[in-house]
Amino acid sequence: MPIDLKEYDPGPFFDEMLSSRNRARPIARELLTLFRKMDDGELQVRQHAADLAIKEMGVTFTVYNEDEGGMIDRNWPFDIIPRIISKQEWDQVEAGLKQRVKALNLFINDLYHDQQIVKDGVLPAEVLAESKNFRPQCVGVEPPLGVWAHICGSDLVRDVDGTMYVLEDNLRVPSGVSYMLENRLVTKRVFPELFESYAPLPVNEYPTDLYEMLAALSPRSVRRPSVAVLTPGIYNSAYFEHAYLAMQMGAELVEGRDLFVDTDDTVYMRTVDGPQRVDVIYRRIDDEFMDPEAFRSDSILGVRGLLRAWKAGKVGLANAPGAGVADDKVVYAFVPEIIRYYLNEEPGIPNVPTYRCMYLEERQYVLEHLDELVVKPANESGGYGMLIGPRATKAERKTFAGLITKNPRNYIAQPTLGISTVPTVVGQGLEPRHVDLRPFILSGKKTTVTTGGLTRVALRKGSLVVNSSQGGGSKDTWIVDVD
Amino acid sequence: MLSRVAENVYWMARYVERAENTARLVWVNSHLVMDTPRGITPGWSPLVEIAGLHDVFHAVERDTSERNVVRFLIGDANNPGSILSSLVAARENCRTVRDVLPRSAWEAINELYLFAKENVQSGLTKSGRDDFLDGIIGGSQRITGMLGSVMYRDKAWHFSRIGRNLERADMTTRIIDVRSTDLFADDLHEMRSLDTLQWISVLRSLSGYQSYRRHVAIRVSRPDVLDFLFHNAQFPRSFLHCIDSVYESVGELENTGPSLRCIRALKRKLRDHKVSELDQQALHLFIDDLQLGIMDLHSRLAEAFFLPPLQVQMQESA
Repeated sequence: MPIDLKEYDPGPFFDEMLSSRNRARPIARELLTLFRKMDDGELQVRQHAADLAIKEMGVTFTVYNEDEGGMIDRNWPFDIIPRIISKQEWDQVEAGLKQRVKALNLFINDLYHDQQIVKDGVLPAEVLAESKNFRPQCVGVEPPLGVWAHICGSDLVRDVDGTMYVLEDNLRVPSGVSYMLENRLVTKRVFPELFESYAPLPVNEYPTDLYEMLAALSPRSVRRPSVAVLTPGIYNSAYFEHAYLAMQMGAELVEGRDLFVDTDDTVYMRTVDGPQRVDVIYRRIDDEFMDPEAFRSDSILGVRGLLRAWKAGKVGLANAPGAGVADDKVVYAFVPEIIRYYLNEEPGIPNVPTYRCMYLEERQYVLEHLDELVVKPANESGGYGMLIGPRATKAERKTFAGLITKNPRNYIAQPTLGISTVPTVVGQGLEPRHVDLRPFILSGKKTTVTTGGLTRVALRKGSLVVNSSQGGGSKDTWIVDVD
Repeated sequence: MLSRVAENVYWMARYVERAENTARLVWVNSHLVMDTPRGITPGWSPLVEIAGLHDVFHAVERDTSERNVVRFLIGDANNPGSILSSLVAARENCRTVRDVLPRSAWEAINELYLFAKENVQSGLTKSGRDDFLDGIIGGSQRITGMLGSVMYRDKAWHFSRIGRNLERADMTTRIIDVRSTDLFADDLHEMRSLDTLQWISVLRSLSGYQSYRRHVAIRVSRPDVLDFLFHNAQFPRSFLHCIDSVYESVGELENTGPSLRCIRALKRKLRDHKVSELDQQALHLFIDDLQLGIMDLHSRLAEAFFLPPLQVQMQESA
C-alpha cells in the first residue's frame, strides 16, 4: 500500500509542504508524487540508510551522559524529508538578512565608538548599561573593514499565517553549518531521483566563502595567510563542527594551549618546527574564556594576550570580541529601530512581536498574560531558562513573575508562535513536526548568505524545541527555482 | 605541524602498540604456564613487575593469582597500562587528530575499543582468553597496517612510527624479561626440553617463530633467540630494528640533536653487549638499562617537539 497522506493533519499550523490534507503546495508536488508511489516500509528503509550513512560519516555532536561514562558522541539525528523553499521567497529572505546584519554591524561599531544611537534616544542607555555582552575592553577598536559580526546565524520561524519572522540573531559562536553541509550529502544518497527533477541550489560554497572572508582579515598581505580555527576542545558539543570546518578550509584546528602571544603582540602556534605566526583566528570560544589577561582570569581554554594582539592589529579575529552585544534578546527587540536608524530602510523580515519588560506598560501586559506568552532571559541560548506560558504550571509562572519584577531589563516576552511544520518520518508514515531555519550570513568584503540554511526539527510530537541538546534533529533545506 | 597534534599521534601509536604487546605478554605467560610440568609454577607475579606496575597492582589486588593478574592486565580501569585503558587512551588521542589521520584509522581504533569493551568479560575466562587476545592483536595490526598502507608520509606519519617503535622496543624487552625471571635455574639439564618449549613460546608471542626458523636456525636455543630478538636487523620486532626505525624517522625532523645522540647511545649499548652470553641476572639488568634509555629518549623527544609540561598540567586540571 502506498503512503497515505489523507491522514496527515498539521492542525492549525502552517505546513511547509501541504496546503491542506493530502494537497501539496506547488513546491512539494513532485515530492508527494514520489511518496504516493512508495511501498509500505520504503520510507523507513531510506531513513535507515540515512542513519547508517551518518554513522559511517561520523557526523556527531557531543553530549554529557553520566551513565555512559561522561562525554559521548551522539550521531546527528537527521530526518530524510527535505524542507523546500521557493527561490522567489528565498531571494527576499536573503535580502532581508543582509540588510539586518549590515545594520547590526553598524550598530556594534557605533556602540564601541560614539554611541550615537544612545545619544539620539533610539536605544535606551540602560539597555547598554546592563548588557552582559558589552565589552568595555573593546571600546575604540577599529576592526578590519569595520566588521564585528563576521559570522551570524539568524533563526527564522514561520507563523500560522505563513509570515517568516526572525526569532533571534546569534552573533557569538553560532553553530550548525557543518550539519547543513553534511545533510545535503546524505540526502543525495537517499533521494537521488528528486535531485534530477528539483535541482535544488547547491550549498557547498560555504567553506570557500568562509575561508575568503577570514583570509581578508589578515594583517599581512601574503598570498595564503595562516588561518586557524580555535576550539575549546573535544568536550565542546560543537567540536565536530570545529574540526569539520578546519578540515574543509585547510586551516589548522587549534586549542588555546597551542597558541601564545609573544612580546611583539603577535600570535604564534607551537609546532614541531618551532613557533609559526597565525594571521587570522576563527574563534569558537566565547569572549569570556578567550583571553585570561583581558577577560576571565580563570579561563584555561583561552590564549593569554589574544585581545592585546587583536587591538594591536597583529591578528584578525572572527567574530570580533564584543560582537555579542547585539546578541541579546532585549537588543533584539530594538532591531527594527536599529535598521531604520542606520539604513533608513524598513526591515525586510519582521521581528516576532516582542514585549520589553523594562518598559512599565509592556511589563504589565506581560505579567497579566503570562499564560499566553513565551518569556526569555536576555542572555541565554539553547532554549534554557525560558518560560513557555501555556504549558507552564501556576507555580512556574509565579516564579517567573518574581524574576521579571526583580530584573525587568533581563526579560522579554513574545506571543506563543504556531511555528510551521514539515512532514517527518515517524514509523512507516509521515507526521507533521515543527521546524525553524538557521541561515548563516558571512560579512567581510562582501556579504554572503548560505543557500537556505539548517532546518532544525523538533522530533517529539507537538514539541516546539528544536535544539539538538534537547531532542531536536535536522533536515536538508532546498531552495528550488519553480515557475 | 602542531606540537599537540604530534604528541597525540605519538601517544596514539604507542597506546595501540601497548595494547597489542600487553596481549602478547599475557599470551606468552599463559602458554608458559600450560607447558610447565606439575609441581613447578612459574606464577603470574613477574608480569606485574615487568610491566612496572607493582604499586598500582598492590593498591587494588591482594594476591597475584592468575585471575587477578589477568584481570589487571586486560581490563582494569585502575591500571593505566591495561589493554582496555590503553585503547581508551589511544582513542582519546586519536579523537583530536582525526584530520591528520586517514578516516578509516579512527574507525578502526573505535572498533577495536568497542571489541575490547564488549568482550573483556569473556577474555577473563580461561576458554575465552586466547580469542580475546587474538582479537586485540589482530585489531591492532589492522590499524598499524592501515596507517602503513595509506598514510601520507608527512611528519604525522613519522611521529606515529616513532611512537610505535619505541613502545615495541620497550615491550619486546619486557616480554623477554618474563622468560628471564622465571623460576628455573639456567643449568638444570633435565629442563632442557622445557627450556626449548619456552623459547618457542617467546618467539611465537612475538610472531617471530617462522622467521627465526627460516633465517636463523631450526633448533631453538636461548643464545640464538636472544641474539635474534635483540640484534637482528631484519625482524621488525627486534630491538635493533625498532631503534633503527625510530632513528630513521627522527632523522626526518628538525631540531633533533639530543634525540639522535640518545638513540646512538642506545645502539652503542646494544653493539657492546653480546646479549646471548649474558646470564639471567645480567640480562635482566641489561634490559633495565635499555628501558631507561628508552625513557630518556622519550624525554628528549618531548622537550624538542611536544607542548611544554606546564601546559599539559593545566589541561589535566581542567
